[in-house]
Amino acid sequence: MNEHVIQLSYLIAAALFILSLRWLNHPRTARRGVAAGVAGMTAAIIGTLLAPEIVDYKWIVAALVVGTIAGVPLSWVPLTAVPQRTALSHAFGGLAAGLVGCAKYAMWLDQGQLTTFRTSAIALEVILGFLTFTGSLMAAGKLQEIVPTRPITYRNQNLVNLSLLALAVVSAVYLSITPQYWPAFVAIIVLSLIFGVLLIIPIGGADMPTVISLLNSYAGLSAVAMGFVLGNKLLITAGALDGSSGLILSIIMCRAMNRSFTNVLFGAFGQVQTTAQLGEAKTVKSATSQDVADILTNADRVVIVPGYGMAVAQAQHRVHELYDQLTRRGVDVKFAIHPVAGRMPGHMNVLLAEAEIPYESLVEMDDINPELPQTDVCLVVGANDVVNPAARHDKGSPIFGMPIIDADKAKTIIAIKRSMNPGFAGIENELYYDEKTLMAFGDAKQVLGDVVKAVAGEAAAVH
Amino acid sequence: MEAFDLWSMLFVFMLATFVGFQVIQNVSRLLHTPLMSLTNAISAIAVVGSILIAGERESGFTTILGTVAVAASMTNIVSGFLITDRMLKMFREKERGPKVSTAQPQASTGSGRAR
Repeated sequence: MNEHVIQLSYLIAAALFILSLRWLNHPRTARRGVAAGVAGMTAAIIGTLLAPEIVDYKWIVAALVVGTIAGVPLSWVPLTAVPQRTALSHAFGGLAAGLVGCAKYAMWLDQGQLTTFRTSAIALEVILGFLTFTGSLMAAGKLQEIVPTRPITYRNQNLVNLSLLALAVVSAVYLSITPQYWPAFVAIIVLSLIFGVLLIIPIGGADMPTVISLLNSYAGLSAVAMGFVLGNKLLITAGALDGSSGLILSIIMCRAMNRSFTNVLFGAFGQVQTTAQLGEAKTVKSATSQDVADILTNADRVVIVPGYGMAVAQAQHRVHELYDQLTRRGVDVKFAIHPVAGRMPGHMNVLLAEAEIPYESLVEMDDINPELPQTDVCLVVGANDVVNPAARHDKGSPIFGMPIIDADKAKTIIAIKRSMNPGFAGIENELYYDEKTLMAFGDAKQVLGDVVKAVAGEAAAVH
Repeated sequence: MEAFDLWSMLFVFMLATFVGFQVIQNVSRLLHTPLMSLTNAISAIAVVGSILIAGERESGFTTILGTVAVAASMTNIVSGFLITDRMLKMFREKERGPKVSTAQPQASTGSGRAR
């Protein structure tokens, strides 16, 4: 009887999880998706607590309480820190899978119930779980800047990494043939933990959106492997949903950078030396905040291109003030969102939504590009590589082939930038030397604050 | 028996992966960050397996591992759902009607046409 109730709760949970993701297809229904997810999770947990093999509830309850106490403050992080929190939660997911794998191995070893099938499923779970655990911790450390964010590379790095992974796989195969040989199991754990760290070390900040998506996928697959170990179809379903989500996001991120998985994982992008030296000393035109305000207020159509620099400078609320001032004067303002802007998929959308900018104004790259030739002013705030025209024509550039926002096609371009230092990977951006481009130097928050004041001042003068 | 289980599990895995691809391809790109935190919370369904291990009292060792796994999963469930909802609350549609235009109706139309 109990067994039927449990399976029914799992069935309901699986259906609710699918609905939950389905409702995320539009912001209007998205919150219903969260409610469905919570309902599904509650059903699954209550169902599980009815299982007859549970004899002792005190540790379960204690752990549920501890998890709740730890989880609530983790949901309060500022939205600029969401990538770190996400990486951290992938780490927890991987850890849980790895630990359950260890416990199951110990139990079955004790009871002499290890079979080749069970052992290979456990090995897969443990490898995926522990490499996700340390890999995600490293990613979180890099995003939080506790660990150096620059790619760390050394000779034969890929060879070392691949041999480690190969060694872990060989141990796993050996273990599945001789399940009782536990030292091979310990070797798998240690190798996976080390491999996770080494995998993330050579990856730079701008590749984080892809890497986080990939770790998301691994975390999901480790839950799938746990489902195979425990014979639990709900785990397989939920893990597969997570795994395919992570995979889709990784593919989108890779396409948006015109790079392959192997290139992201083994390419160490930051290593690429700048080959395209701009020969002659080129001049840039700089503009004051007052100039910027004049140009913006005289425009009919403005497109703002935000980048990670906007988040670093915490300038999103100033951007909102500018948006308000300009739309109030009848200027059409839109935002051009590049898929890899920021440190995780969709990062810019969340930051701008927090700054109370309506989501209809946030436009994807492919939809905004045809509009740019008719745009009077393109304002670049903290973005760099995603507006570099070299990606379109300069075969020597490391970012050649990457889809970009065609900022250079606008009638006037204004770029807010701290200094002329080239950005990530030291790639010069020829957009800044364009005749139509004006540079407003300074901290994005400061500059935008001054521009907003100047625009507001003009509004007052009209009165 | 085991072979039968394996095949039915592989079927579930295959079908769920296809459902996942279909459903997630339709998720609005605006919501990719909330999508990731939501799938995070959902994949913390690992809590189910962890609970069984923490409750079985097989040995002290496995109970400790299970308990830590339950705590880690529960952290993901709670923080994942809460932060997803927090982010989704921020996505608002364009305000239609009064609020925008009340500020300076004359100035806005005036300066808009004066150019």
